[in-house]
Amino acid sequence: MTEMLESTKAIGRPLRRKEDAKLLHGRTNWTDNIQLPGTLHMALVRSPMAHARITKVDLSGALARPNVVAAYDAASLGDLNSGVPCVWPVTDDTVMPPFPALTGDKVRQVGDVVALVLATDAASAEDAISFVDVEYEPLPAVVNMVDAISPGSELVHDMAANNTSYVYNLGGGYADEVAKHPDAVIVKRRFVNQRLIPAFMEPRAVIAAPMGMSDEITIWTSTQIPHVLRVLLTLVTGIPEQNLRVVAPDVGGGFGGKLQCYREEILVIQLAKKLGRPVKWTETRSEDMVATHHGRDQIQDIELACTPDGKMIGLKVDLLANMGAYLQIITPGIPLLGMFMYPAIYKMGAYQFQCTGVFTNTTPTDAYRGAGRPEATFAIERIVDEMAAELGMEPMEFRTKNWIQHHEFPYTTVAGLTYDTGNYEAATAKAMDMFGYKALRAEQEARRASGDPIQLGIGISTFTEMCGLAPSRTLGALKYAAGGWEHCTIRLLPTGKVELVTGTSPHGQGHETAWSQIAGDILGIPVEDIDVIHSDTGRSPYGMDTYGSRSLAVGGQAIKKAADRVIENARPIAAHQLECAADDLEFANGAFTVKGDPEKTVTLGALAWAAFSAHNLPDGVEPMISGEATVDPEDFSYPHGTHLAAMEVDTETGKVRLRKYVCVDDVGNQINPMIVEGQVHGGLAQGIGQALYEGAEYDSDGNLLTASLADYLIPSAADLPSFETGTTVTPSTTHSLGTKGVGEAGAIASTPAIINGIVDALRPMGVTDVLMPASPQNVWRAIQAAKGAQA
Amino acid sequence: MIPGKFDYVRPSTVDEAVAALVAGGDDAKVLGGGQSLMPVLRLRMGEPSVIVDTTRIDEMKGITDAGDAVVIGAGVTHDDVAKNALVREHLALLAMTTEHVADRQIRHRGTMGGAMAHADPAGDQPPVALAMGASFTIAGPSGRRTVSAADFFVDYFTTAVGPDEVLVNVTFPKHTGWGAHYEKFNRTAQAWAIVGVAATVRMDGGSIAEARIGLTNMGPGPVRASGVEAALVGASTLEAIAAAAEHAAEGTSPNSDIHAEAEYREHLARVLTRRAVAQAAGL
Amino acid sequence: MHHISVTVDGTRYEADVEPRTLLVHWLREGLGKVGTVVGCDTSNCGACTVLLDGSSVKSCSVLAVQADGSEITTIQGLSAGDDWHPVQAAFKECHGLQCGYCTPGMVMSAVDLLAENPNPTEDEIRDGLHGNLCRCTGYHNIVKSVQYAADLMGGTK
Repeated sequence: MTEMLESTKAIGRPLRRKEDAKLLHGRTNWTDNIQLPGTLHMALVRSPMAHARITKVDLSGALARPNVVAAYDAASLGDLNSGVPCVWPVTDDTVMPPFPALTGDKVRQVGDVVALVLATDAASAEDAISFVDVEYEPLPAVVNMVDAISPGSELVHDMAANNTSYVYNLGGGYADEVAKHPDAVIVKRRFVNQRLIPAFMEPRAVIAAPMGMSDEITIWTSTQIPHVLRVLLTLVTGIPEQNLRVVAPDVGGGFGGKLQCYREEILVIQLAKKLGRPVKWTETRSEDMVATHHGRDQIQDIELACTPDGKMIGLKVDLLANMGAYLQIITPGIPLLGMFMYPAIYKMGAYQFQCTGVFTNTTPTDAYRGAGRPEATFAIERIVDEMAAELGMEPMEFRTKNWIQHHEFPYTTVAGLTYDTGNYEAATAKAMDMFGYKALRAEQEARRASGDPIQLGIGISTFTEMCGLAPSRTLGALKYAAGGWEHCTIRLLPTGKVELVTGTSPHGQGHETAWSQIAGDILGIPVEDIDVIHSDTGRSPYGMDTYGSRSLAVGGQAIKKAADRVIENARPIAAHQLECAADDLEFANGAFTVKGDPEKTVTLGALAWAAFSAHNLPDGVEPMISGEATVDPEDFSYPHGTHLAAMEVDTETGKVRLRKYVCVDDVGNQINPMIVEGQVHGGLAQGIGQALYEGAEYDSDGNLLTASLADYLIPSAADLPSFETGTTVTPSTTHSLGTKGVGEAGAIASTPAIINGIVDALRPMGVTDVLMPASPQNVWRAIQAAKGAQA
Repeated sequence: MIPGKFDYVRPSTVDEAVAALVAGGDDAKVLGGGQSLMPVLRLRMGEPSVIVDTTRIDEMKGITDAGDAVVIGAGVTHDDVAKNALVREHLALLAMTTEHVADRQIRHRGTMGGAMAHADPAGDQPPVALAMGASFTIAGPSGRRTVSAADFFVDYFTTAVGPDEVLVNVTFPKHTGWGAHYEKFNRTAQAWAIVGVAATVRMDGGSIAEARIGLTNMGPGPVRASGVEAALVGASTLEAIAAAAEHAAEGTSPNSDIHAEAEYREHLARVLTRRAVAQAAGL
Repeated sequence: MHHISVTVDGTRYEADVEPRTLLVHWLREGLGKVGTVVGCDTSNCGACTVLLDGSSVKSCSVLAVQADGSEITTIQGLSAGDDWHPVQAAFKECHGLQCGYCTPGMVMSAVDLLAENPNPTEDEIRDGLHGNLCRCTGYHNIVKSVQYAADLMGGTK
C-alpha cells in the first residue's frame, strides 16, 4: 500500500510541464505582443560616444516629423527625469553617482540616452530619432580598469576620485599565516574574467497604461522582478505604491539581465502618467547589447599558499571589478556574492579579500547567471590546478587532500559561511566513473608520447556555491536594502481546486509545474487541479521574485508552510464533520481520517465546499480555507558538484573541441528531475560559452565591438555536445524541503572545467594559462608564447 | 529594426530591372534573396530610395548545362545550388562550399549570385569562383558584358557590377571528376569564416595533375593561392602537399579584427590549405 | 503601399503594406500572429522562422511585399486547434524548451529539417538547427526532441 501511494507522489517525478502547451502553440503573451489603443511608441536617442559633454540637443527636427507627438531631453523632461536606482551601497562610503534616465550633462557610455521621441507608430518613432540634433564635445574615454584607477586618469564621474566607487575588505591574516610556514609554496596568478552579455532571447519590452481617469497605472514589462520593481518604481517616480501594478507577462529568459530597474521602465511609466495614454518601448537586439547590463568583468589577482606536501595554508584575493559607467540595482554587490566563495570547498587557515569597484565608460555591469560566484569559482579552481602542477600532484588528488570531508559537516569555512551538508567524495567518485577518468588519462599519456597534433586535456571543477538568496538579516549586514524572504498563499476554491499564489517570478524555470508538484503532494490534490499565480503584483502582491537560485530554495519553503497551514485550517472543519477531536485526525492523500477508523474520512475537496457554503461550520471558524506563509530562510543553501571536461586541442590551429562533458551535481532533494537536468544543461551552455566563445570587447574609444549577435558569439546547437549529467542527493538540513537550488550550478562550474582542460592538454608545452574566451587565436597565442619562452 | 522608407519595384525581366535601376539613380539597390541586404536595411546602415526586387525574374533562376560549363542564374538560391545534380557532378567544390554558407533558412532564401555581388571578403563562394575560373554576365543600360572572376571582385564589398547593372548569371567551367574539399575555419557555426580554403584537384595516377585553391578572408576580396597551385603539380605525398601549402599566405593581405589578427590568418591559411588539399586529393 | 495576397496558416489575407514592412512585423502586427517573434536584428537568432512555400526562412529577412502570392506556415498553423504536431509533442515530452521564446522558430526549423531528412543523426540535427539560437536549454533536449519527433513521424534509428 505504501509503495502504491509513493508511486502517485508528484515530488521527484519528471512531470512534463504545464507551461509548454501555450509556448509550443505560439499562444503566448510576450510583452511586445500587447497592443493597446492610443499607444505611443518610444524611440531613444542613444549616444554614439563613450564619453562626451553634451553641448546641444535640438528636438525641433524630430517634432516636425509625421506622427510624432512629443519629444524630450533631460531638460524638458524636468522633474519626471527620475534617477535609476542602486540598492546596494556596499560600504558606508560607496560613491554612488546620479544616474538620470535621460542624461543631460555628459554621456558616459555608448548607448547612454540623451533624448526620446514618442510617435503613434513604432516606425515613425524610429524614423524621427535621427532628426534630433545632438552635438557632443568628446572627452577621453576610460575603458581599461587598470588605467582607470591610475593617478591622473580622466574621470567618469567627477565625484569618484580615481574612478573608484568603493574598496571592500574581508578577512585578513594571510601574511601571518604564511609566515608560520617558511617552506610554503606560493602560486600567484592574474586571471581575467571577461565581460559577458546576458543575451536572453526575448529582447526587453515595456508598456505602461493609465487605467481610465483613476490614479491607477499598470506596467507590463519583461522583467524577473515585478515585486521588487514595483517598490523601486514607486520610490523613484513617487507614484503611490497602491496605484501601481507591475505585470511580468510571459518572459523569455533573464539570466540576471532582467533583474533590474531599467531607465526605459522609468521613462515609459513617467510618460504614460504625464500624457495619460499608453506608452510602449521594445528594444532592438543591437540596443540590448549596449543598454542591458553586462556581467562579470573582473581582473583577479589571486595567491594560494600550500605546504610542500600539498595542504592549503591560505588564500589572498585582490579584485578589480568593473562597475561600468553607473551603478545599477546591485552592481556594487556582485563581486561580494563571490567574496564568500573563493575558499570554496577547501580547508585553510587564512583568507584575505579585497575588491575595488571601478568606474569606466562602458555599459554598467550587474547580475548575470551566478553573479560573482562564477568569477570566484573560476579563480579558485584555476589556481588549484596551477598549484597542483607546481607541487607535481595529480589535480584531483590535490583537491581530495584539501576539501571538506563529508563527515565534517556542518563546516564553517574560513570565509565565515557554515555549510550545512555536502558530500564531495560521492559526487566526485560518481563523476569520475561516468567520465572514464583513468582511461582518458591513459589516452592523454599516449597522445603526449606520440606527439599527436591533437592533444587531450582533462578539466576538473569541484565546486560549491551559495544559493537561496537570502537570509534577510545577512542581507542587512551586507547593506543590501531589501530582504530575502518569499511568500506563498494557497486558496482552496469551492470545487476543491487550488490557487497557489507565489512571489517568485518564473521566466523559463517551470515554476507552474514544480510548485504544483509540491503543493499537490502535501495537499493530496492532483497537479492539474492547481493553478499557480505569479508575476503580477495585482494578483500576487507579496514576493521577492526569481534570481540567485532562490525560487525553490526559499519560495519552496513558503509553499510547504502555506500548504501545511491549509491543512491545519481545514482540520477543525474536518473534526466537526467527523465528530471527533482535531487531534484524533490524521491527514494523508488529500483526506482527513479518524485515527484507527479508516471508514471515517473526509476529503479536502469536500471540506472546501463545506467552508464555502458555510452552512455547518464549527463555532468560531471562518468560511473559506486558505493558508499563507512568508518564509525567511534560515541560511543559504550550498549545492555542489564535480564537473569533468575532456578537451581536444588542435595544437596547429588552436581550435579546441569539447569531446565529453560529465557533471554530477548535488542540489539536494529534487522536485522535478527533468527540470533540474534542463537547468544544468542551460547553465553548462552559458558557462562553456564564457570559456570558449563569448566576450564583450571594447575598443580604446569605448565602442562596443561585439554589439550584435553576429559578433557576440553565443553557441548554437552545432557548437556544443550532448552532456552526461548525474546527481547525488545530500539534502539541505537548513531548508524544509531539503532542496538547495540549481539555476546557476552549470554556469558556475563549467567555465573553469573547460579552461583547466585546455591548459591540462597544453601544460607539457609550457602553457600555464589561456585567456577567455579560449578562441582559436587565444589558444594558439598561448602555445606560441610558451614555445617562445622555452626557446 | 524597421528599415527606412523606400520605393519598391518588382520587375519580371532583366531589362525591366535595369530600367528600374536607371530610373532609381544612385540610391537604387538590387534585392535578390535579401539575406545580406535585409540586415543592412534593418540596422539602417543603408537607406536606399528604391529597392529593385529581382526574385521574380525567370531568366535568373535556372541552372543549365552549357557543354563544358554550367551556367547558374544569379537568382538561384544556395540551397538549390548545393542540391543541383549538375553542380554536384561537375562542380563538386561549389556544392561543398555552398553547403557551408550560413544556415538552412538563409540558404533557402539567399542566392549565390547575391552573395557574389555582395562580395563579402568572408564569403564562402567567391574564392571558388576565382579558383575555378568562373565568369560573370552583367546586364546594364548598354547591354550585356562578361567579366572574368579575376576582374569581377574589385575590393571590399565591391564588384564590377555598376549601380545601374544587374548580375544575370555565373558560368563555371566544369571540373568533372576533380576531388574537392572546403575547410571553413570559424569560431561558431554561425560565425563568418576567419579563414576558408577551397581546394579542388585533378588526380592523375596517384599524384596531383592540377590544383585550384581559393582563399576566403585573406584580403579585401577572394584570393587565389597560385603559388600553392603551381607547387602542387606532381605532388603525391602529404609531405609534398605540406611543402606546397607553405606558399598559401603569399600575396595575401588579410585584415586584423576582433576574431583574428593578420599573422594568425596567414598561419591558418598554410595549415588549412595543407588539410584541404590532402582531403581533396584523398591522401 | 503595395497590395499583397498571402495565405497564412491556411487563410488567405489581402492587405496593403508599406514596402519596408518586414514579413515578421506584418504577421505580428498586421495579422496578430504573435506566436512568431523577433529576437535579433542581424538574422542570427532564427526566432522568427516560418515556412514560406514549404521551406524555412527567417521572416525578419523577407519583406512582406515579397511574400505576395506565397503560402506561409507559422507555429500557430502547424497543428489545428488544440492538436499537437509530432514536433510540438516531442518538444514537450523531451523538455526541449524552457522560456519558450526561441521555440516557435526552433520548432519550425525542426519541421523543415525532418521534411528533408526524416532520420537525421545527432550531428545532422545540430548542424541543421544552427540558424536558431537558444539561451536556456543548452540544446541537449532540443536535439533529443528532434530525434524523438523523427521516431514519432516514422523515421527509424
